[in-house]
Amino acid sequence: MSGEVDKSKRRLLGVAAGAMGGVGAAGVAIPFIASMSPSARAQAAGAPVEVDISKMEPGQRLTVEWRGKPVWILRRTPEMLAALPTLAGELRDPNSEEEQQPDYAKNPLRSVIPEYLVLVGICTHLGCSPGFRPEFAPADLGPGWKGGFFCPCHGSRFDLAGRVYKGVPAPLNLEVPPHRYLGKLPDTKDRIIIGTDPENA
Amino acid sequence: MNEKLTALLGWIDARFPLTKMYNEHVGQYYAPKNFNFWYYFGSLALLVLVIQILSGLFLTMHYKPDGNLAFASVEYIMRDVPGGWIIRYMHSTGASFFFIVVYLHMFRGLMYGSYKNPRELIWLIGMGIYMLLMAEAFMGYLLPWGQMSFWGAQVIINLVGAIPVIGEPLTLWVRGDYVVADATLNRFFALHVIGLPLILLGLVVAHITALHEVGSNNPDGVEIKKNKGPDGHPVDGIPFHPYYTVKDAFGVGVFLFFFCAVLFFMPEGGGYFIEAPNFIPADPLKTPEHIAPVWYFTPYYAILRAVPDKVLGVILMNVAIFMFFLLPWLDRCKVKSIRYRGPIFKTALAIFVISFLGLGYLGTIPATPAATVVSRILSILYFAFFLLMPIYSQLDRTKPVPERVTCK
Repeated sequence: MSGEVDKSKRRLLGVAAGAMGGVGAAGVAIPFIASMSPSARAQAAGAPVEVDISKMEPGQRLTVEWRGKPVWILRRTPEMLAALPTLAGELRDPNSEEEQQPDYAKNPLRSVIPEYLVLVGICTHLGCSPGFRPEFAPADLGPGWKGGFFCPCHGSRFDLAGRVYKGVPAPLNLEVPPHRYLGKLPDTKDRIIIGTDPENA
Repeated sequence: MNEKLTALLGWIDARFPLTKMYNEHVGQYYAPKNFNFWYYFGSLALLVLVIQILSGLFLTMHYKPDGNLAFASVEYIMRDVPGGWIIRYMHSTGASFFFIVVYLHMFRGLMYGSYKNPRELIWLIGMGIYMLLMAEAFMGYLLPWGQMSFWGAQVIINLVGAIPVIGEPLTLWVRGDYVVADATLNRFFALHVIGLPLILLGLVVAHITALHEVGSNNPDGVEIKKNKGPDGHPVDGIPFHPYYTVKDAFGVGVFLFFFCAVLFFMPEGGGYFIEAPNFIPADPLKTPEHIAPVWYFTPYYAILRAVPDKVLGVILMNVAIFMFFLLPWLDRCKVKSIRYRGPIFKTALAIFVISFLGLGYLGTIPATPAATVVSRILSILYFAFFLLMPIYSQLDRTKPVPERVTCK
């Protein structure tokens, strides 16, 4: 054996050992990174929520919690429904082209039954919960206001179908969660399940 | 007795470089003799770091990082734990004072060119400390689990969601739940009390090590190492101890006067240090009427709001912070100190300070149309300071820099 050091072999072995170590480190990182994803318990908490809507008055709104988020159920009055089509020109996405609702709610009123609106009450801008402002033309929101939702954080506006107005920070309509009615439509609609699609959908 | 102590020191020095380290960093560390008021804030930042670690350690003994218990445990600390209220207010006041001190420390660097060759790395490490400090403060603010904690975190985490494609899965991963929840609180606690402070301490050691390697800058921007006396020490340098230990001790006294004034008489800092809605427990179903981040984030928050596009707003907000990192290479002027730089730089720096403070104010108030217009103008000025610097820093007429430091 000569006293010379085979530098290229040493480098090769060094790089190979380093690469193997790197692969090992990346493998070990997997459980650590995975541990920060929602746990089985958090995922189970996303179970559907059943709500009794038989006692809701026209114009009334219920707030329930689903997956930790506020979900609104609004029973719209005929005046509210009549005002919705007149707003189309002021809205960013009046026909709900963006995927912010299940297919069965992809209509101008964004609902299965026109009277009832179901929305996730989280602003599509940065996640605040907008306030419910059903009154027409209040002083602070201007004469053109025909009822809707106003986000206190950054001033985004939505109509009573959760459709976003133009010129506000929120880019998308409010989300309609998957939901279905229990009972035979449209006669008995006393309960609603939030978090599951209708059986025929 | 003295002989025994000397013998003990010799015993240690043979096994650990105690005397050597003391001399390198304190006893024989020669700092320029012309330090002024602005040079207090480095040592004060260290003081606040110690205050935060100590008060935080004792808060951890009583705090419960649990979505159901957190808010009540903070109130328990405030009411039932002996001395708990003062420890909690030390920690919350310390957070704001940390940023006051760090912002003044950074402004010193801007004025005297402390980010320039050969101190670029000190500046970069310092900016790393600043960013970690922001993460640390943000995560700490979630822990009391009040309304502002919850909705502030909700908004900030959703900023990540603006990244195309990976944004949404990433926010889910950061939160560990579909909304800000117990999982989020628990991990923020872990990062706040152990993860980030460990990195922070490492960076502080690196910051000071790098500083003591090249030597301190000074208000004249003169390199004192170029002018050494027969003893091998800079002629314009004085040993850190006793000269600057005494000076800094005086600074500590004055600082503590202001710190205690807030601690005892206005611990909520007029609603800026602890915001009023944070005395209401977190409610995931209801957002407070007006939400604003704590004051030290508001300049960047105002930039975010000034941009009418969600993704672009998030990008510009991040770029605004990143700009500081580029400073050593944006500034093409050979002269370091503002004392010998020309009118263009002085004006630019003044405009930058105005835009930073202005944005900071605008970030605390609701976004009215008029406020948005002003925010946009100030945002443009903010970026102009950095982006036009390669041009104007070369055009400027500088004054001759003296050979030796001056003492006024």
